[in-house]
Amino acid sequence: MSMQSDGRFVDQAPYNPEAAAEARSAELDMSNTRLLWLRFKQHKLGLVSGIFLLLAYLSLPFAGFIAPYTPNERLEDYIYAPPQAINLFHEGKFIGPHVYPTTAEIDLETFSWKYVEDRDAPAKLEFFCEGSKYNLVGFIPSTTHLVCAPEGATLFLFGADRLGRDVFSRIFYGAQLSLTVGLVGITVSFVIGIVLGSIAGYFGGFLDWIINRVIEVLRSLPELPLWLALSAAVPSHWGPVSVFFIISIILGILDWPGLARAVRSKFLSLREEEFVKAAEMMGAKPSRVIKKHLLPNFLSHLIASATLSIPAMILGETALSFLGLGLRAPAVSWGVMLNDAQNLASIEIYPWTAIPMLPIVIVVLAFNFFGDGLRDAMDPNRS
Amino acid sequence: MALLRFAVFRFLTMLATLAVVSILVFAIITLPPGDYLSNQINELRATGQTAGIAKAEFLRSEYSLDQPLWKQYMIWAGFMPGPHGFAGLIQGEFGWSFEFDKPVSDLVGGALWMTVLVNLAAVLFIYAVALPLGVLAAAKSKTWVDYSSAFVGYLGLATPNFLLALILFYYGNRYLNLPIGGLMDPKFEGEPMSFDKMKSVLIHLIIPTFVIGTSGAAAMMQRLRANLLDELGKPYVETARAKGLSEARMLSKYPLRVAFNPFVADIGTLLPSLVSGSVLVSVVLGLQTIGPLLLTALKSQDLFLSAFVLMFVALLTLIGTLVSDLLLALLDPRIRFGGRER
Repeated sequence: MSMQSDGRFVDQAPYNPEAAAEARSAELDMSNTRLLWLRFKQHKLGLVSGIFLLLAYLSLPFAGFIAPYTPNERLEDYIYAPPQAINLFHEGKFIGPHVYPTTAEIDLETFSWKYVEDRDAPAKLEFFCEGSKYNLVGFIPSTTHLVCAPEGATLFLFGADRLGRDVFSRIFYGAQLSLTVGLVGITVSFVIGIVLGSIAGYFGGFLDWIINRVIEVLRSLPELPLWLALSAAVPSHWGPVSVFFIISIILGILDWPGLARAVRSKFLSLREEEFVKAAEMMGAKPSRVIKKHLLPNFLSHLIASATLSIPAMILGETALSFLGLGLRAPAVSWGVMLNDAQNLASIEIYPWTAIPMLPIVIVVLAFNFFGDGLRDAMDPNRS
Repeated sequence: MALLRFAVFRFLTMLATLAVVSILVFAIITLPPGDYLSNQINELRATGQTAGIAKAEFLRSEYSLDQPLWKQYMIWAGFMPGPHGFAGLIQGEFGWSFEFDKPVSDLVGGALWMTVLVNLAAVLFIYAVALPLGVLAAAKSKTWVDYSSAFVGYLGLATPNFLLALILFYYGNRYLNLPIGGLMDPKFEGEPMSFDKMKSVLIHLIIPTFVIGTSGAAAMMQRLRANLLDELGKPYVETARAKGLSEARMLSKYPLRVAFNPFVADIGTLLPSLVSGSVLVSVVLGLQTIGPLLLTALKSQDLFLSAFVLMFVALLTLIGTLVSDLLLALLDPRIRFGGRER
């Protein structure tokens, strides 16, 4: 590098065409997935959220192993027991993770139960221990838990609810339903949205007009009252599994219009392209043109936007269950748990019954950040 | 003139949409097997009370619930004469609430106004919060103002409405001495409007408005910020700055006007979620809007009451959308004269 008389800097080394070509082709030769990954990695918040969500979903089949109790296990002596802390030091000495056993005493002034810690008898936590029975991954019976309450003591990390059930364990079991409800719902909405959107966009004409009017009507209606009306129609004698599926389908049925509109507008512009004309002239049927030539163009982007509507469904399930029209006990979901925290009294006296709110907020935030990152990485119009 | 034609056209579309919505609502409500009266008749039969059965049977034929479904719909909507001639929604007859044993119109009377009031307050709140914050976040992008408003916005989007309501209620009452529950002091209920009553209603409105409006305000703020940022990158902004315009004047004179369009248009898409939120929050906070009525009516299959409330909620959103469309046409000549073809 040397400075010229007019103030410019010029590299004295001779121009090397190979090096320049190499520097450029590194990006050009990369696979599409790798490019996506590189771009997604730059969105730090999205990356962290993605990893968190991955871990959360991976933990679902092992909820029984992680949770110290089973979801409907009742400890009648510990109704509304407050959260317990895990301590490492007992009287200044390190003795490993332990809890202090609690006993219930009635407070004759407020007529409520008070739980008194026995500070002299630290009970060490047991790991990989035997506890109550559950099914690992849904079908492998097992009794081994990651951590259990020591003999004679309890382990209520987030307290106990009005029936003496462990809130911490129920959050893990509730995640199984609360997290999957969005996935099932989005699948329903995705299928309906793509099918109707592509029909409207590709064929146009009368079909397009009809579908467009349906979309307009559905989009102009408030979702929650319709969700309420539809879930009120679910017969009360159905089992938890069918109720779960029907609720997810209800959530999905009202969500598709936004997606269908996006698909339709893309189709309108893409169907005039040369490659579509070519495919049609070679005799490809409409279904083949749509599936092989049109959809792959923007499917990844659609998936990214779909990620952004999962949180709305999770919140929807929570709201429905909270109002008593969604999932019902004995099914456990975050909304069902929050049903206990429905009045001011419980927020004031037993604030820990509202703890399931935390996972909801965190998961919804994570989905938002993850979706943002994904969308930025997959945006075909990105400069 | 073009504006008038546009307005008439939009109004007619709204009426057509409303007709479709009424079919949808009726279909959804009659979806579950059985209805309130046949449930009641069965129950009365089982307990052997014959006196009540006659009344229920009378109501059944009075409100033509013994007719086939499509006829029931036509009579309810007022397209076909029922036992008492034309007496449907179009004629202003909303039917009978079996659950409360009262005409629907008596039951919902005051609640309708309260619903409109709560939603209107939420819309105003959204504008009042989103406009300054959105502009500020865009003008000072990538500073702590931007980041902290984005953080609060995300949090507002992610917290379930009803919990926010409960928590704010608790702390609002504890530290700010805000009243708990209801939309006015109980002593004002049923009294004519007066200054004190107004004040009581306004104070009671603070928390519901905040709760219902937060997520909407967050969404609106982010949209405004993104639009404004797009505009701020354009060359004409550079020119305006180069000519020595002060930052505030430059902002309000050019980019803000362009970025303002979606701000008005968005209220149309925001309203449905706003009304949803107000229903939920009303149930939790015990506001005398139609939210709690809807919930009881749906749970007990009270056909006419739930159908009317759903229709009203839909009407509210449709009118809101209509107003936002008209405002948009006023603001933006391209929409007024562009016609339908693109």
